[in-house]
Amino acid sequence: MAATDASIALNRFGLGARPDDGAPDDPKAWLKHQLEAFDPKPAALAAVPPRARVAGELADFYDQQRQLRQMGLGRRQQQQRAAPAPMPPAAPQDMAMAAAATAVPPGTPEPGAKPDADDPLKDARRFVGRQVRDDYAAAVGARINAALSSTAPFADRLTHFWANHFAVSADKLQVIGLSGLLEFEAIRPNLTRTFGDMLNAVERHPAMLLYLDQAVSVGPNSTAGRFAAGRQRPNGRKLGLNENLAREIMELHTLGVRSGYTQVDVTEFARALTGWSVAGIGRGPGARMAGTAGTPGDFVFAERLHEPGERTIIGRKYGQEGEKQAQAVLDTLATSPATAQHLATKLARHFAGDTPPPALVQRLQASFVKTGGDLPSLYRVLIDSPECWVPQPVKFKSPWEWTVSAYRALGMKQVQPLAAVGLLNQLGQPTWKPGSPAGYDDIAASWAGPDALVRRVEASERFATRAGAQIDARALARKLFPATLAPATEQALARAESPGQALALLLVSPEMLRR
Amino acid sequence: MHDRRSFLIGSAGAAALALAPRMAFAKAETDRRFVFIIQRGAADGLGTIGAIGDPAFAGARGQLAEDFATGKKLDATFALHPAMTSLGGMYDAKEALFAHAIASPYRDRSHFDGQNVLESGGLGAYQVKDGWMNRMLGVIPSGEAKAIAISATIPLAMRGPHEVTSYAPSALPQASDDLLTRVAALYQGDSQLHGLWSEAMDTRQLTSDLADVSVKNAAATGQLAARLLAPANGARIAMIETGGWDTHAGQRDRLTAQLKGLDAMLASLKTGMGPVWNDTMILVATEFGRTVAVNGTGGTDHGTGSAAMLVGGAVKGGRVVADWPGLGQAALFEGRDLKPTLGLDQFVAGAVAGHYQVDPGKVMATLFPDTKGQNAVGGLSRV
Repeated sequence: MAATDASIALNRFGLGARPDDGAPDDPKAWLKHQLEAFDPKPAALAAVPPRARVAGELADFYDQQRQLRQMGLGRRQQQQRAAPAPMPPAAPQDMAMAAAATAVPPGTPEPGAKPDADDPLKDARRFVGRQVRDDYAAAVGARINAALSSTAPFADRLTHFWANHFAVSADKLQVIGLSGLLEFEAIRPNLTRTFGDMLNAVERHPAMLLYLDQAVSVGPNSTAGRFAAGRQRPNGRKLGLNENLAREIMELHTLGVRSGYTQVDVTEFARALTGWSVAGIGRGPGARMAGTAGTPGDFVFAERLHEPGERTIIGRKYGQEGEKQAQAVLDTLATSPATAQHLATKLARHFAGDTPPPALVQRLQASFVKTGGDLPSLYRVLIDSPECWVPQPVKFKSPWEWTVSAYRALGMKQVQPLAAVGLLNQLGQPTWKPGSPAGYDDIAASWAGPDALVRRVEASERFATRAGAQIDARALARKLFPATLAPATEQALARAESPGQALALLLVSPEMLRR
Repeated sequence: MHDRRSFLIGSAGAAALALAPRMAFAKAETDRRFVFIIQRGAADGLGTIGAIGDPAFAGARGQLAEDFATGKKLDATFALHPAMTSLGGMYDAKEALFAHAIASPYRDRSHFDGQNVLESGGLGAYQVKDGWMNRMLGVIPSGEAKAIAISATIPLAMRGPHEVTSYAPSALPQASDDLLTRVAALYQGDSQLHGLWSEAMDTRQLTSDLADVSVKNAAATGQLAARLLAPANGARIAMIETGGWDTHAGQRDRLTAQLKGLDAMLASLKTGMGPVWNDTMILVATEFGRTVAVNGTGGTDHGTGSAAMLVGGAVKGGRVVADWPGLGQAALFEGRDLKPTLGLDQFVAGAVAGHYQVDPGKVMATLFPDTKGQNAVGGLSRV
């Protein structure tokens, strides 16, 4: 069924209509206005645990962990207990640990006094795990509630797009509680600036620096690197360069894969990035040697980790000192034509279909190059391009998109964070957990599966049971999809055996599953 | 002697008068349970209680009449669908009463509007804002006015100024069969969704016995309701919602499964209520009936007259209440539906008035304020 422009603006560009939304009279003007009206810090985000708190929890845990390890408590202790035979005579190292263990700082829990006294380290880890998972749930809830009450849903859709472009995955302890903050602190405030502004904010954000291991990267010829090279580390681990962030910036965040850079460019960029780290919660000797004092969770440039010297990346020399060197590389990458091509393709795919129309990609790329990566200009190209207004639906909604649009359709403005987290897990798209820095796929093949569809039907029935007979799905459908509803959907709703069943059918109707 | 005799009669009368309110009081504090099981989707009354004694029945109903060959004979005219074995036993124990050719005042064929009338107790859809069960809480003894809806939200029948709670298991394990069928129909013309859905349903068929699941769910709901109603400090009034009655196609199997579910729900209610079953009255009713004739897809379409039930130890059961209009073509409502000869409003008001021993006129006026000049049906409850 062909969609009207009003329906496209609400559902394809926006996050799905709400019953209290009117159909926009001038859909394009309505979308453009949102770029000015967008509020980077709406009230719904007040519930997000601040970075200082999340990072503070982690910093406390690492302090505690260090202390416990120094006392010989934790894994090693457990291994000793589990050993079937008596231990051989204490080696000098063990004696040293035994001595350290006698010097218990006041206030330290006695072994045997805690629920998991067998392994206080494990206990501490469980505790901080709970803390950061609570932080995570609060952030997911805030993200959904912001999307539900947004008066600029097109802009909110764009924040979700960029958060997925700059994906972190809340899988490791350090990233779980910080994952949402990347979106709230680095993406939202830069949504309507330049791509370079957003890129710089993202790559300095603790969630990204920790997720892609930048915080443990040490320049081999840096002060810390030279110091470490002279010592044999007991576990055989080497201190050194970590290329993870450098590679993903080039491959995923800017230029795009196979766009002409080489392994040498990646390594050189990784050298330039050394020193970019996080205060207080970095792990490993590199972080400890970095001298990264400061408020836990803040970006720091640790001079002692930075690889000295000039770098050459994709044929261009970077002679800057310290932090400014990687900064200069980022600035180059941010406005590169390859970056323009990469981003134009992704944006076009998000708004005009899984196979992006080449003409639209070209138009977006040209705008990007001409404006030096001005984001609002890009968004306006999308709004003004006929490829984004084709009447047939162009996208199968991801679980996130479907969930938000269903909540909005039901007129909800607030959801319980844990309920939202649970639902998105069940539907197969846990928020900020794509499991890879490439983010979630933006094509139907990844989401339109038989089981995925059944799960949406089951969720719809639960929604409908809760909303009950208070909603007349027939009237609601006409509001959500102005002059767009297919006769088959109208008929199914009219023939439903109860108001609740009609609502469930509306939530899984073809109109609702696609945009 | 004369004086003495009149004294005896007088004192017996006085004793009865004195006893009645005391009994009502005692029951009010502890005993009476009232449950409304709503059948959403227009349950087929003729498919539940077949009019086997009507010469037109077999011809009009075709294959749908065949099931009644093994159904329990209720009287010379009616038989119960064979899927409802527990209910048949309750009928024998005089704990089940059926009313046939019954309908609410609603005479169109929209589920939405029909359920609105059934629940609000108005004459037309959206004319009365709250529900008759809620208003009922104002006329029955206050000690019994503790009501709960076995659903996530409070259905219209229970909404209104009187306090009602609701309770439901947090998540149903699987979507209902009827919804799955309708989703399939909705996706019929959409090649992508149709393909995905067919695949999903094929897998589902392999992994579970659908009918079995829905019967188990129904029994579990009955058990849950009984757990909430049976304890001395529990709820006294409950409403249970059932769906899946809209059998436009393949009715024979689907209705059998639906009736098995309802039978299991009633059986588990009886078991779960234990001794208070004797003070329990369960009303089963739907928004309207279905066409007398079978349609081209082995189902029936939206109709008018249907059947309702009263079940429980407090019911004066073992009979079918009907002023049977007949199934001959000339007797049908608008040439297609079972003609209603009994008002559901009067039936419900009579059941409530008898169960709680309150004035039938007052109950009628409170529950169904717009249904004027009709008397509540008497004699439905065992007092």
